[in-house]
Amino acid sequence: MTTQHTQKPIPVPDEASAPFFDGAKHGKLMMQRCKDCGAWHHPVRIYCDDCLSPHLAWQQASGKGEVYNFALMHYVYHPAWANEVPYNLTVVKLEEGPVMETNLVDCKNSDIKIGMPVEVAFVKLSDDVTVPKFRPAKKR
Amino acid sequence: MTMKGKAAICGLGITAMGKVYGKSATQFAIESIDLALKDAGLPKDELDGLLVYMGNSTGGSNDYSSVFIQNQMGLRGLRLFSYMDGMGSTASSMVQYAALAVANGMANYVACVFADAPLRDSKVSAGASFGGGKRPTPPGILGMKLHNGYFGANTWYALAMQRHAHLYGTTSQQLGAIAVSQRQWAMKNPMAQMRSPITVADHQASRFVVEPLHLLDCCLVSNGGVAVIVTTAERARALRPPPAYIWGMGQAHRGDNTRAMPGDFIESPGARSKDTAFRMAGVTVEDVDVAQIYDCYTITVLIALEDYGFCGKGEGGAFVADGKLGPGGSLPTNTGGGELSGYYMRGHTPLSEAVIQARGQGGERQVKDHNVVLVTGNGGWMQHHATLVLSPLAK
Ligand SMILES: [Zn+2]
Repeated sequence: MTTQHTQKPIPVPDEASAPFFDGAKHGKLMMQRCKDCGAWHHPVRIYCDDCLSPHLAWQQASGKGEVYNFALMHYVYHPAWANEVPYNLTVVKLEEGPVMETNLVDCKNSDIKIGMPVEVAFVKLSDDVTVPKFRPAKKR
Repeated sequence: MTMKGKAAICGLGITAMGKVYGKSATQFAIESIDLALKDAGLPKDELDGLLVYMGNSTGGSNDYSSVFIQNQMGLRGLRLFSYMDGMGSTASSMVQYAALAVANGMANYVACVFADAPLRDSKVSAGASFGGGKRPTPPGILGMKLHNGYFGANTWYALAMQRHAHLYGTTSQQLGAIAVSQRQWAMKNPMAQMRSPITVADHQASRFVVEPLHLLDCCLVSNGGVAVIVTTAERARALRPPPAYIWGMGQAHRGDNTRAMPGDFIESPGARSKDTAFRMAGVTVEDVDVAQIYDCYTITVLIALEDYGFCGKGEGGAFVADGKLGPGGSLPTNTGGGELSGYYMRGHTPLSEAVIQARGQGGERQVKDHNVVLVTGNGGWMQHHATLVLSPLAK
């Protein structure tokens, strides 16, 4: 078997998402924010869906949020996940409002609870691509 | 002017369903239209409207299935023609546009068809047919979603179950009651794919696909095609089959939420769609005799029952747990087995069974009182919704 079939697909940054992936490489969670009404957006969009403004600027988000919802994937859709099931699919509600479809790292499946505070954790996939995931927030 | 009773379904065609190999989706589509024409007793040259929706096995609107079907069938006199896609809401929406067209003289007989052939051979599992595990990585942030292991619709409905349980205490056993009720109906339907009895314990023992979603919470995968023909009430009365009159029609499309909003995961736009359709039909939920509720998953049924007001939001679990959706229950629902146990033709599954029940042709599973038959369509992750109210009575 070749590695091509056993590797998880790695995201390919495009022009629109470059600021997001560049930010992740430098440990920053970047999101678009509407210059006219202040709404935050994720994923990348062309117009603010609140006010229809096309003036969206990239800005660093707090990286803080909470588990909005989660499920555990048991089915192996792709051989790269064969040894990982069941793995978590976690929807994080960010402080800024947008939700991210992500995974929790450094957290057992049985410890995931809706409402638990989480913070961004960056995972380097290659020299070119780092992605944000989330982990339980450190107690302060 | 109200549309109530102005149009009717006069023809229904259902091909062989399930693990039927060797035919393409377009072949199933043509076969089902042919069956619907024969059911109505119409020559194909009378057909002057064609609305097409195809499943994942084709390229969607990009592969021009609608054009292929038209030309293979030699439909040279069409006055209404389109490919449509509102996912699971499409079937009911198609019938609505067809009804508006025939009521206003734009066409006389409009075929509304869905077909799919995702099962290529018995070696490919059903889940793999739809999950997209082998698809190329989409560019940008969508690729990150794939990297994170988000595959298929199962995830989204598992999230719906999780959040509903979190907010309202809904249990997996309660959802299992929906699967059991529908299997009981399927056992009475010769066309149903799954006809052996199941219990809630079987539901609980079925493997997790995406926890908390069990295998028996999920719809089937089917090869096949379904077509209905919509015409005016007058024309329908002149044909052999009893008309299934269209009393009410409505739609609601909320689109995606990319920011947290009230109702996320636990609410469809069904309430709004229902309001439009029930106002037109002059009915309330108390009047519904038979319900055909889009059931890609058990949770989809439960959420729709709440959104339509059969019970309050959060009360769906207790509402379904006593088996009232099954044979002999107070709200006969998905009486052919639905998408869970009958066959998965998206919105054409509830639509086809609604026509059968409205006509009184359900045989062993025919519901005695069937004057008000509800059909719902649910698209995507509950972004799209459409409602029909059908009746054997003109008014
Ligand atoms: Zn704005």
